[in-house]
Amino acid sequence: MHLHDFWFLLIAVLWTGYFFLEGFDFGIGVLTRLLARDRTERRVLINTIGPVWDGNEVWLITAAGATFAAFPDWYATLFSGFYLPLLAVLVCLIVRGVAFEYRHKRPGERWQRNWEHAIFWCSLLPAFLWGVAFADIVRGVPIGPDKNFSGDVLDLLGPYALLGGLFTLVLFTFHGAVFAALKTDGDIRHRARAQARWYGLAALALAVAFLAWTQAAYGNGRSLPATLVAVVALLAALALNRAGREGWAFALSGVTVVAVFATVFLALFPDVLPSSTDPAWSLTAAGSASSPYTLKIMTWVAGFATPLIVGYQAWTYWVFRKRISTRHIPAAH
Amino acid sequence: MNLALAPETLARWQFGITTVYHFLFVPLTISLAAITAGLETAWVRTGKEKYFHATKFWGKLFLINIAMGVVTGIVQEFQFGMNWSDYSRFVGDVFGAPLAMEALLAFFFESTFIGLWIFGWDKLPKKIHCACIWIVAVGTILSSYFILAANSWMQHPIGYTVDKATGKAQLTDIWAVLTQNTTLVVVFHTLTAAFLTGAAFVVGVSSFHLWRAKRRRIKGEELGEKQRRQLPAMLTSLRVGLVVAVIAGLGTAVSGDELGKVMFEQQPMKMAAAEALWETQSPAPFSVFAVGDVGKGHNSVEIEIPGLLSFLAHNNFSDAVPGINDIAAQEAALYGGDPEDYIPSIFMTFWGFRLMIGFGMTSFVAALIGLWTTRKKFWLAPEYRTAEGEIPRLMLTKTREMSPFFTKWSWRIGILTMGFPLIANSFGWIFTEMGRQPWAVYGLMKTGNAVSPGVSQGEVLTSMVVFTALYAVLAVVEVRLLVKYGTAGPDTDEKPPAKDPRLRMPSGGQPEDADKPMTFAY
Repeated sequence: MHLHDFWFLLIAVLWTGYFFLEGFDFGIGVLTRLLARDRTERRVLINTIGPVWDGNEVWLITAAGATFAAFPDWYATLFSGFYLPLLAVLVCLIVRGVAFEYRHKRPGERWQRNWEHAIFWCSLLPAFLWGVAFADIVRGVPIGPDKNFSGDVLDLLGPYALLGGLFTLVLFTFHGAVFAALKTDGDIRHRARAQARWYGLAALALAVAFLAWTQAAYGNGRSLPATLVAVVALLAALALNRAGREGWAFALSGVTVVAVFATVFLALFPDVLPSSTDPAWSLTAAGSASSPYTLKIMTWVAGFATPLIVGYQAWTYWVFRKRISTRHIPAAH
Repeated sequence: MNLALAPETLARWQFGITTVYHFLFVPLTISLAAITAGLETAWVRTGKEKYFHATKFWGKLFLINIAMGVVTGIVQEFQFGMNWSDYSRFVGDVFGAPLAMEALLAFFFESTFIGLWIFGWDKLPKKIHCACIWIVAVGTILSSYFILAANSWMQHPIGYTVDKATGKAQLTDIWAVLTQNTTLVVVFHTLTAAFLTGAAFVVGVSSFHLWRAKRRRIKGEELGEKQRRQLPAMLTSLRVGLVVAVIAGLGTAVSGDELGKVMFEQQPMKMAAAEALWETQSPAPFSVFAVGDVGKGHNSVEIEIPGLLSFLAHNNFSDAVPGINDIAAQEAALYGGDPEDYIPSIFMTFWGFRLMIGFGMTSFVAALIGLWTTRKKFWLAPEYRTAEGEIPRLMLTKTREMSPFFTKWSWRIGILTMGFPLIANSFGWIFTEMGRQPWAVYGLMKTGNAVSPGVSQGEVLTSMVVFTALYAVLAVVEVRLLVKYGTAGPDTDEKPPAKDPRLRMPSGGQPEDADKPMTFAY
């Protein structure tokens, strides 16, 4: 395996890890409007991710930073090409992060309500836009011979991309609902399970449509097994959720997220950003990678850091393993 | 196309606005993390409540601040790809490495352990909880190190070759990038400045509380119960802040001098511009005040201290310091174009340099005076010593107290000083980044060639307007929260956890606590 292939794998792992983790964060954010009935329940949901959302988001920072270091051309074309969607994602992530931290800092009704709206919309929009972005990455975008994006924002909003966005939005909402069922207690836990079923069924329908399209138009022999795993895992997650096996249901919804993004990256490889203008101008892993020296150094750093990160993040989840219910929410604002 | 709205101009403005804004929060985060960690350590070791309340109080202000630092940091990373894609392509092989290292080795630590610290008060044993904030503090310092290593490479590229086939910079020696003297001195300078910033913040907020209490005493009013109980934590904070500010201020001055010498060698133009030194001179004078004219290439008004610039650059009062016109001619000969192309904005560099030093050192001097006048015992007649839990008198000598007028103004300056290092930091970055122009990477890539070719004027304008508006709104929100929590002072009703939580409880806490509300919740 070439170093640049290995780094393609690692970037895929980082993005997939990001979507596994922030996927349920986004889902929880969306559910603060769809599942929670009042402010206390909303706070129950927010507090299930309270100690971890920040650490989860670093997976994004790392995925972007690692792409910059390992595939500068990929980073440059992608980020300058997907300009307006990324701007929207950035604004959402800024407002959402501040909203978690500031919502409870003042007692005013309007203050709290505004930040709660911010949490909902700024979770919903990135959950949708990341799906759009990755569908576009698989499908390819207009790229000229100078490696620069030559289209406009409408080129990024085709039917396949919009389907991808809708799919990740619903999938993350399902992932979040299953997580809520696992992390809460009392009435909200039961309603989370009941609602998860409907999100799961909707996600299943969208998964079949999106994955079939992906497989038919852009897939290959490598991505087929991942596609199948995604669908089977989603079915299993639904069944386990129905059976009240919350831990397993969450594990399987996680497998679904992982398999979906595995499909995406396997369909993409060996390209990193195909050109829809002319396949000869596609960015490939080999063609856009950094020098072997840089990749070697980054391999050492990632090899040292990644197990450590996974270790202490897992420990964090263990420390905060207790379910939260409305009676755990302190009365103060 | 209107030049003022050209994508390049807009991208420059956007970088300036978002970076200066981001760096308002960064130094406060770095230093408040460490100061909070120190206070919590004192609490864990002594069990004194004043340390607990101080930890909680500064921790709260720290969290309001770090939230902004974290979210505005994401923009910084994305911005290179969005607005500066040609830069990213050219330098990614070198510049990306420290950025990725920062995420992997520092930022993950910070963001994960900050969550543990915020929510872990009733879940983690005291010592582990305290270790969490130390990990955050070390994480912020490591973060700044990697980011500054990347920036230093732009200031002084090293450990690379330019690949002949692709025309891109390629890393050949990561060790050189991480340990070149530019990096080390800049890290030293930035960290000491960061600690001066946080310490001045602590001094300012503590002074506010102490002076408010003192004023009531002077008027002969009794302090309220709450105010009286807040005093010990504020007194300790004031002293901690003053000590840190003096040490950090001294460090900032020493490292700044060192950095100046490095820059005289590596970027003579930046330093000549900082001095508005148009012609090469030996010995070179230090300019206190100057009004220059770029078109004419000389200053119309000038006040100078003879020989001092030579000393700053070379440690003696006689050596020559090259002037702007000579360096510009040299660079034009080396890289092509007109000499004027190589002259940065003299107005911004000259005044940025002075404002940086002026505001930074004002805080240092204020802290030095504060540290001396608020001393508890040293060189004080017994009757002038401050009783435990009392607001100190400002003592000039053994038996001489500051006059009421100066006392009033000393406390006021103590409060005001919290803003000074923030101004100094901003001008420091404006100076060092604008002083490097026209280069993005010194000697290798001009900023004009670094922008994204495919990004339209409308897109850059949109993002600039959106970020500026959003940042302005958030600034108002943040400052109002800081004022609210800062002026409220420590919550002295809050009790430290009665018993030390244990990790290995089935429900993650004491068994009888299963139904207890969380001690902290969003």
